[in-house]
Amino acid sequence: MKKVLALFLVITLFWSCGEDLDDNVSTQANVKFNLTHSFGNTEVTLDNFTDLDLTNANGEVLNIERIRYLISRIELVKSDGVTYRLKDYNFTDLSDSSSYNFNGDISIPSGIYTLRLVWGFNEEDNLDAAYTDLNTASWNWPAMLGGGYHFLQFDGKYNVNTTTPSSFNYHNGTAKKADGTFEQNFATIDLPTAIFVENTTSIELKFDISELFKNPNTWDLNVLDTPLMPNYDAQKMMQANVQSVFSIGEVTN
Amino acid sequence: MKIFRLILILFLVSCGDKETEVDTYEPIPYTLQIPELFQQKLIPPLIPINNKLTIEGVTLGEKLFFDKLLSTDNSVSCASCHNPQDAFSDNNIVSTGVNGLTGTRHSMPLFNLAWNFDEKFFWDGHEFSLEQQALEPVIQANELGNSDWEIVEERLQNTTEYPDLFQKAFKTSTITKTLIAQAIAQFERTLISGNSKFDRYSLGIETLTSEELDGLDVFMNEERGDCFHCHGNPNNPLWTDNKFHNNGLDATFTDLGLGGFTGDPNDNGKFKSPSLRNLEYTAPYMHDGRFATLEDVINHYSEGIQDSPTIDALIKKADQGGVQLPVQDKANLKAFLLTLSDPDFVNNSLFQNQ
Repeated sequence: MKKVLALFLVITLFWSCGEDLDDNVSTQANVKFNLTHSFGNTEVTLDNFTDLDLTNANGEVLNIERIRYLISRIELVKSDGVTYRLKDYNFTDLSDSSSYNFNGDISIPSGIYTLRLVWGFNEEDNLDAAYTDLNTASWNWPAMLGGGYHFLQFDGKYNVNTTTPSSFNYHNGTAKKADGTFEQNFATIDLPTAIFVENTTSIELKFDISELFKNPNTWDLNVLDTPLMPNYDAQKMMQANVQSVFSIGEVTN
Repeated sequence: MKIFRLILILFLVSCGDKETEVDTYEPIPYTLQIPELFQQKLIPPLIPINNKLTIEGVTLGEKLFFDKLLSTDNSVSCASCHNPQDAFSDNNIVSTGVNGLTGTRHSMPLFNLAWNFDEKFFWDGHEFSLEQQALEPVIQANELGNSDWEIVEERLQNTTEYPDLFQKAFKTSTITKTLIAQAIAQFERTLISGNSKFDRYSLGIETLTSEELDGLDVFMNEERGDCFHCHGNPNNPLWTDNKFHNNGLDATFTDLGLGGFTGDPNDNGKFKSPSLRNLEYTAPYMHDGRFATLEDVINHYSEGIQDSPTIDALIKKADQGGVQLPVQDKANLKAFLLTLSDPDFVNNSLFQNQ
């Protein structure tokens, strides 16, 4: 009887494995990412980003001088819950259009996915001096503020429509709560848009810069312009505001 | 008659042998000595695939760098304005070329150039790559003063030693401006400075004084000096971002800097951030050499900032003239900056005229 049971189990096992294989037969797909930038409805590109007069939610007219930002753990989450890490991190500099594009490091099964990413680095990844390419780009966050790396460097001028424009340095990274006490400040962002991946799929990841100034915190540059790096409250407001900057744009297969 | 034939054959054979020997000589790859700290912190230096370093190429480049034969009247060399003892800059406000003619900008120091990954050279970034950069001063009227490159190529070709040195370095004895520039660029890439007091502090083998450490805080603290956004940090020991900024020297510009090259008014008044490494040896300061001392430079950022439409947003409190550092902060900042000096570099016998 035991032998019969064993035989039955073995047959069942093989049968079910066969079934699984049949179910999972799918072609592998490659994924490319393309970062595009806007300020509300205004397209922000390599060619125009320093020339635009942009109005934020609080009503200040501003110019962009420099935007650099870091995203990490760029993952696609399959409809069955399996998560694929496509890229460990990507550093984008608005003045370098080659940094707008990156390819996934691995092929993944075709299917329906959603995108997840980390704004900046999480605590596990935000290790001081650990990434030579980011060190070389002078992307470091000062040790006195907890070290690691910037998540965002956004420099520009506001009130440019007045006779007294001022500078702002909207820089985001680890938040310093008190001397020697630091608080993580990354954000995990899950985008709900379903993405169908097959063959070679190109995913446009849109960054709406105006969201940094409005959602949920309406940003008053007259109060919060610079220095913001050591300003705990400003850092936590930034962390909240980055949640809505990204969305999925065009997906092509 | 047979004897003559035999001699002729022997002659041809020996000639052939000699030719083959020279043709097949392979220059020996040169291994850059990359400082331990750079290996830890930075990505590897940029060496162009079509101009890899060789011992013969670097040696030739060094000889050319110091050779006044490259100037029209045999009076100046590259090293005249890029003196090893001055960290390959010079101590003149602006440099003097042939016939006493002066330029409009201060000589840039030369070191760690292979870590300039944007490869934009000169104060205004108008040349891409070291090889391209090296082509320019030789035919500038107020530098080495030659009317064209052909004259220089011919001058070197007619020497007894250079054709053989080019043969060994580049497998051809025909001297061209391209090969001259390649050799000089090879030598320049070997000019690596990575042994300052601060480098040793970073490696954990030297300590800093409390003044120097406070100066580092002034440098890194956004509420004090905030120098680090443009000038590196302990994890970027280049001490420059190799980018272009308007650092508030003037309200209006006689020299447009980057804007003069790109034609974009947004770039007016922008110049490359020089490295702060070795600034003990590189006075006077700024693209036009206007500041004689480090104190002058610190005072500029503290109280002397001139606002203008293109002033960098990273220049804090421009409307108040600068970051308003207390006297002690200024002194400590200077003390920190002097820890970036690398005396081994300026005294390195490998980089001197041999």
